[in-house]
Amino acid sequence: MTTQQQAAVARDDHYNFGYLDESTKRMLRRALLKAVAIPGYQVPFGSREMPLPYGWGTGGIQVTAAIIGSGDVLKVIDQGSDDTTNAINIRRFFGRVTGVATTQSTPAATIVQTRHRIPETPLAAGQIMVFQVPIPEPLRWLEPSETETRTMHALAEYGGMHVKLYEDIAQHGRIATTYDYPVIVNDRYMMRPSPIPKFDNPKLDGSPALMLFGAGREKRVYAVPPYTRVKSLDFEDHPFEVQSWSEHCDLCGSRESFLDEIILDDAGTRRYVCSDTEYCNDRQARQRPDANPDEAAA
Amino acid sequence: MNPQANPLLSVRGMTRTWDGVHGCRDVSFDLYPGEVLCVVGESGSGKSTLLSAVSHQTRPQAGSVWYDTRDQGFTDLAALPAARLRLLARTDWGFVRQNARDGLRMQVSAGANIAERLMAVGERQYGELRRVAGNWLHKMEIDVGRLDDAPVSFSGGMQQRLQIARNLVTHPRLVFMDEPTASLDVSVQARLLDLLRQLVTDLGLAAIVVTHDLAVARLLAHRTLVMRGGEVVESGLTDQILDDPQHPYTQLLVSSILQS
Repeated sequence: MTTQQQAAVARDDHYNFGYLDESTKRMLRRALLKAVAIPGYQVPFGSREMPLPYGWGTGGIQVTAAIIGSGDVLKVIDQGSDDTTNAINIRRFFGRVTGVATTQSTPAATIVQTRHRIPETPLAAGQIMVFQVPIPEPLRWLEPSETETRTMHALAEYGGMHVKLYEDIAQHGRIATTYDYPVIVNDRYMMRPSPIPKFDNPKLDGSPALMLFGAGREKRVYAVPPYTRVKSLDFEDHPFEVQSWSEHCDLCGSRESFLDEIILDDAGTRRYVCSDTEYCNDRQARQRPDANPDEAAA
Repeated sequence: MNPQANPLLSVRGMTRTWDGVHGCRDVSFDLYPGEVLCVVGESGSGKSTLLSAVSHQTRPQAGSVWYDTRDQGFTDLAALPAARLRLLARTDWGFVRQNARDGLRMQVSAGANIAERLMAVGERQYGELRRVAGNWLHKMEIDVGRLDDAPVSFSGGMQQRLQIARNLVTHPRLVFMDEPTASLDVSVQARLLDLLRQLVTDLGLAAIVVTHDLAVARLLAHRTLVMRGGEVVESGLTDQILDDPQHPYTQLLVSSILQS
């Protein structure tokens, strides 16, 4: 499999660059600028009908369409994987409506649109992560009314969120929330980091990359600017911790990455593999005998 | 009740109507620290409206409500910013609803229900939250082993006691109760009233209790307001009102109690 930059798909000029019309993109950029100015604050925007159903990434696609330029290199991942249906189709969609180069390599990409994961390879300054968000409101489970949750955000009334963590510890002996783990951004706004595993929460904190979040159905965008403090909620006597595995990846042997469990048969045989396919492939390539021995040892 | 003491709450000429007719009109009273005030009257007489207007859950249309806040002293509630008012309602006040399901989070455990207000004011020690929640369950005569059970598995009386514990955990000085015993059977009512009376004395709580049950007023209240058609028709010491009612409506109410 190649991790090289893929050749640009020919652009279909029946569509405006980036599929959305220019005034829609301008509206989105205004909303995004506001989102960046107020880290973690949910900015409403006029979400458009996109050529895919809600829940498949309409918010992320609109954000990407608004910020992408002809010089950008796009990577799309779904559950950490570059080659699932959703990732392939969104990549091909942008190839067709913008003609930009697409890639599977995290360091080569300028924009990474993602669902459920932040790549294992550390992000660099200048890169932009675009998250597809199903439900942007972290307080929704606590309070069904939108007016009320907005008031709670305005007054920073976030104490109730700890009820969920309390309940986890009372029922399971530890904080059992494993994904979509609530965070406080820039010591002010409570934010739902989209359904990324809590394993990825520390990667949000002080990241050099810009993080943009788009929720198409709920018509909200929010952002974490580079080098912003992102703190996961916890108790003093039950601090936040990420998942860990006693196993290592079956393919590349990694002990540091987020592992997916794959059940192989009815007898319960299972194996663990990296959820980030690009990271895993990269490590495997470096371990092959013909690879540079210095890199393989690393 | 020291007559020289300053009132905790002072209501003057307060009016809140829903359509110009229904609601409560021109209500005035003072409530002193540690005092229990019962508001009695038939359904639709404006009792619950009075409660929500005094607590500023709905804004009064006329008149004023003054409250002796801990940090700013005697303050007009209308002048407080929304954030302060919400904080006041969460810490210095309690709200006990008729139906415990309205006042509890039914999907989380009893312990989480009690600890919620503490978390809301910034307590972040799980062990401490649990200890306090356990203490309150004990005070409410609920087995501490039920700490991790959901309120749905509790009986009506236990749910009501849990709701009270959840409100008292921040040591409020004023509790608003809307028909706290109405949905319970007689023996459970008696037990809850007994508990309430004890709590009010032990903690020095002031309370405004809305009820249509004169027995509740007799047992709990120092003073009573009788309401009819949105207006206070009679007010005074509870014993005085029940033993020597002046207004024809109060006389009717009192005479309608079954004599034992």
